Amino acid sequence: MATQTEVLEGLAEIVNEIAGIPVEDVALDKSFTDDLDVDSLSMVEVVVAAEERFGAKIPDDEVKNLKTVGDAVNFIVANV
Amino acid sequence: MTAENRTVVVTGIGAFTPLGGDAATFWEGLLAGRSGVHALTEEWAAELPVRIAAKVAVEPSEILPRPVARKLDRSAQFALIAAREAWKDAGFEGPATADTNELAPERLGTVIASGIGGVTTLLDQYDVLKQQGVRKVSPHTVPMLMPNSPAANVGLEVGARAGVHTPVSACASGAEAIGYAIEMIRSGRADVVVAGGTEAAVHPLPIVAFSNMMAMSKNNDDPEHASRPYDKARDGFVLGEGAGVVVLESAEHAAARGARVYCEAIGQGLSSDAHHIAQPEPTGAGVSRAIADLFDRNELDKAEVVHVNAHATSTPQGDTAEIKALSRELGEHLEHVAISATKSMTGHLLGGAGGIETVATVLALHHRIAPPTINVVELDDDIDADIVRDEPRKLPVEGRIAALNNSFGFGGHNVVLAFRTV
Repeated sequence: MATQTEVLEGLAEIVNEIAGIPVEDVALDKSFTDDLDVDSLSMVEVVVAAEERFGAKIPDDEVKNLKTVGDAVNFIVANV
Repeated sequence: MTAENRTVVVTGIGAFTPLGGDAATFWEGLLAGRSGVHALTEEWAAELPVRIAAKVAVEPSEILPRPVARKLDRSAQFALIAAREAWKDAGFEGPATADTNELAPERLGTVIASGIGGVTTLLDQYDVLKQQGVRKVSPHTVPMLMPNSPAANVGLEVGARAGVHTPVSACASGAEAIGYAIEMIRSGRADVVVAGGTEAAVHPLPIVAFSNMMAMSKNNDDPEHASRPYDKARDGFVLGEGAGVVVLESAEHAAARGARVYCEAIGQGLSSDAHHIAQPEPTGAGVSRAIADLFDRNELDKAEVVHVNAHATSTPQGDTAEIKALSRELGEHLEHVAISATKSMTGHLLGGAGGIETVATVLALHHRIAPPTINVVELDDDIDADIVRDEPRKLPVEGRIAALNNSFGFGGHNVVLAFRTV
């Protein structure tokens, strides 16, 4: 069972790898599109990497609701 | 703003090539007669019939940040690096915006071509699909593999809104892009166009495919001497990769902003062979018609032409047909034309060839010096023309001089570009 902090840290590493954003800038209130340079295509990569890392299933229909890092962290914590 | 037949000039150049990662190093390599062809040491090359290629001298990963590079096919990476160099060289900083008086985005275009497009992305992602499954195929695959990706990405980089185009004509693609760009400015559609060619096809499948056409040199034991246009023993082309990009601009626009002008981009001559899907027409009739078309439709005197950057890929038939056509069309003027086959050093960049060879032609006029053709040990008896061999050759120091850059492609596409000192 991953904690919110663990998921945030893992997600920050994924965003860093994909968009080149420093891990410390990946905070719960940050918007993927507006703050982290993760467009809709790169978001698919983030989702696939997050599924692999946390063993969560993030359905395609759910991806549009994950607007902030906090949205993604909460979804993953609730679904692993 | 819509006046026809406007004069077009070259105000910026950029090159990412087997001889160097920028235009200056590329030019230095050409004048030094350096070969960019090396043995392929990758594991995948071990069993191939052809194990040599001219790969870029600098890996793009050394220049582009990873998040940028991972969303671009290698061909677009090359084009972006060369375009950034050309853009800066032309004196522009940052993208065109509505706030700058110097250049409105609506007056700026890009025309960048490749012969094959994102072939390595396509093949690599197919491997990912087979080996790792559906979820692992990159969502960037389509925008990476589409052949217009280099033009579109450079368009995004500079903020081009007059039009982003990608003519495709195999090995004539880069030249066709530059010809198209000249027409865009001439006709009044744009004031500035970033134009060129790029290719990144050093991968086992394209190599085997070209090799099975009997089109490539199999001189695996002597890579540096494998690309040998006009030599009696030439046995096919050597695959190269890279990009060449120029900034073309209306003469008025360049003058208004006080831009440095390398030379005039006079125009293009075009034709098609209707002969064979891959073989050159042996008498050079199609090439002749392209050269004739150039002189028919442009104000250029044959006596002004002192240099040709030939297509000359080092294939037995093609090199000869091109010289026959030049001889037929230039007649007595051919005597004072210094012909260079720079593919002897760079290998054949396919759709990138017209790009880097335009950069070479522009620099030849600018410095008034023709680069050498290396590896001509014994000149083919059928080559009755003044080939610049081994050492660079000075071009006339006085007066207005012009140069042609030839590119031909599978499918029977013939493109002749003309440039002239100002």
